[in-house]
Amino acid sequence: MSARVPARIPSSPKSPESLREGYSALVVEHFERPRNVGGLDPVAPDVGSALVGAPEHGVIRLDLRIQAGVIQAARFKAMGCGVAIACSSFVAERLEGQPLAAAQALTRVDIVRALALPPVKIHCAVLAERAIQGAISDYQRKQAPSAAGEAPPPVRPA
Amino acid sequence: MSGPIYMDHHATTPVDPRVLEAMLPYFTEKFGNAASRNHAFGWVAEQAVETAREEIAALIGASPKEIVFTSGATESDNLALKGALELYTSRGDHVVTLSTEHKAVLDPCRALERSGAARVTYLDPGPDGLVDLDALRAAITDQTVLVAIMAANNEIGVLQPLAEIGAICRERGVLFFTDAAQAAGKVPLDVEAMHIDLLAISGHKVYGPKGVGALYVRRRAPRVRLAPLIHGGGHERGMRSGTLPVPLIVGLGKACALAGALMDEEAARLTALRQRLWDGLSARLEHLRLNGHPTQRLPGNLNVSFEYVEAEALMMSLKDVAVSSGSACSSASLEPSHVLRALGLQDDLAHSSIRFGLGRTTTAEEVDEVLERTVAAVERLRELSPVYDLVKQGIDPKSMQWSLG
Repeated sequence: MSARVPARIPSSPKSPESLREGYSALVVEHFERPRNVGGLDPVAPDVGSALVGAPEHGVIRLDLRIQAGVIQAARFKAMGCGVAIACSSFVAERLEGQPLAAAQALTRVDIVRALALPPVKIHCAVLAERAIQGAISDYQRKQAPSAAGEAPPPVRPA
Repeated sequence: MSGPIYMDHHATTPVDPRVLEAMLPYFTEKFGNAASRNHAFGWVAEQAVETAREEIAALIGASPKEIVFTSGATESDNLALKGALELYTSRGDHVVTLSTEHKAVLDPCRALERSGAARVTYLDPGPDGLVDLDALRAAITDQTVLVAIMAANNEIGVLQPLAEIGAICRERGVLFFTDAAQAAGKVPLDVEAMHIDLLAISGHKVYGPKGVGALYVRRRAPRVRLAPLIHGGGHERGMRSGTLPVPLIVGLGKACALAGALMDEEAARLTALRQRLWDGLSARLEHLRLNGHPTQRLPGNLNVSFEYVEAEALMMSLKDVAVSSGSACSSASLEPSHVLRALGLQDDLAHSSIRFGLGRTTTAEEVDEVLERTVAAVERLRELSPVYDLVKQGIDPKSMQWSLG
């Protein structure tokens, strides 16, 4: 009977193949190889920029360069759980080349569905949606006629 | 190196093969009921249980008769708290404990409060996690029945000054209960020298099986009495009825014997490995914070906050390393660890903490591998972090107005 018992604890005990089962392949893909990481010049008139969230719950920065009603470039940075990073990367990649109207129509529901997020991670998609809306608002503020001559609006919470 | 690396020994430990080997006969040919006094099947089982009692008692300087078997440390904690408060009503109804205790102590305390059976004082430890002995002295009243302070913290590994706490309790005539689930077998414990009256042990934290634990209940000077949680055949001096799980008890005994024999060597080895990990991390990464007292902690415990990085993302990056975090980032629970909060950590730091739990199987090679992977992951995540960008620009993120709204 004792022959089946190993002499000592194996140095690499067998365990699950992956320690992060439960997220979709797309979440893992965007987390491991995030797209469109970086930033754009936040004071440029054709760039809308947003910094949303809070350090204890996750922060997304999203910059959009918008020309002739089309998003020419989208760049992000994110601090948060893996899903928050994946949501930001997904959104940045998806938005590039899209008309502004399509960007405005991209909601938390689309993000949750596309990344197959579990219910406890819906708040990550909400944060990504707020980043999109915030960046577009910032761009529209800069484009508004009344903005001419004013100092550039803050891109970050004051 | 291939395959996942297990560095979460505070969560659980593998059963040592020597323990398993000792257990196996008691599932099959030695299957008797330890309570069967009238035939040899029972005697063999009873003898095995008594040997285990001796092995467990020896680890903590107790007498075998003072060991009560339970299903685990959670049950031991419940039995100590509820059992004492029920029987000592003539003495009072007050409990003093720490806000950094395990939930298996805090939740029974809450239950006792809700039912009106006890009033509880929750002391906050200092920033290093150690209890303030003056605050403890001040908290004990003439109504205090029991002080419940853990031996070693499960998150930050901090070792409380048990001998000093025990001396205070003895002087004031109150019972001293310590949850030693993490400490037993890792650091020396002596119920006499430390004046401990009740002490909880877990099987699976000391390379023994899950589903078994023990409660040390002092028999002399003073004789401690407990009301049982589970009534039945009157096993374990009436404090815990139910047929004894002989194979599990044999495993717990063997695990305690091994832990006692290996303690000095293992403690020295794990302290050196823990230091190697911390030295490597702090030499190569900025903005780290060691949580808990730097030296007065379990040999295998390292708890670090990596600022400007979320622990959950870090764990996801360390895909083949099993570690643990004080953070659970879900919409249901944005609350970080109650232990880190009690140390005064801001929520962002608490959400950045990783617990490395080194143990008997951990090798220097594994430590070096985890170090490399952790450094790479933290650097990558900081490159992605807009908060770290602010820091690099000289802006203090705390000076900014953030909003969740």
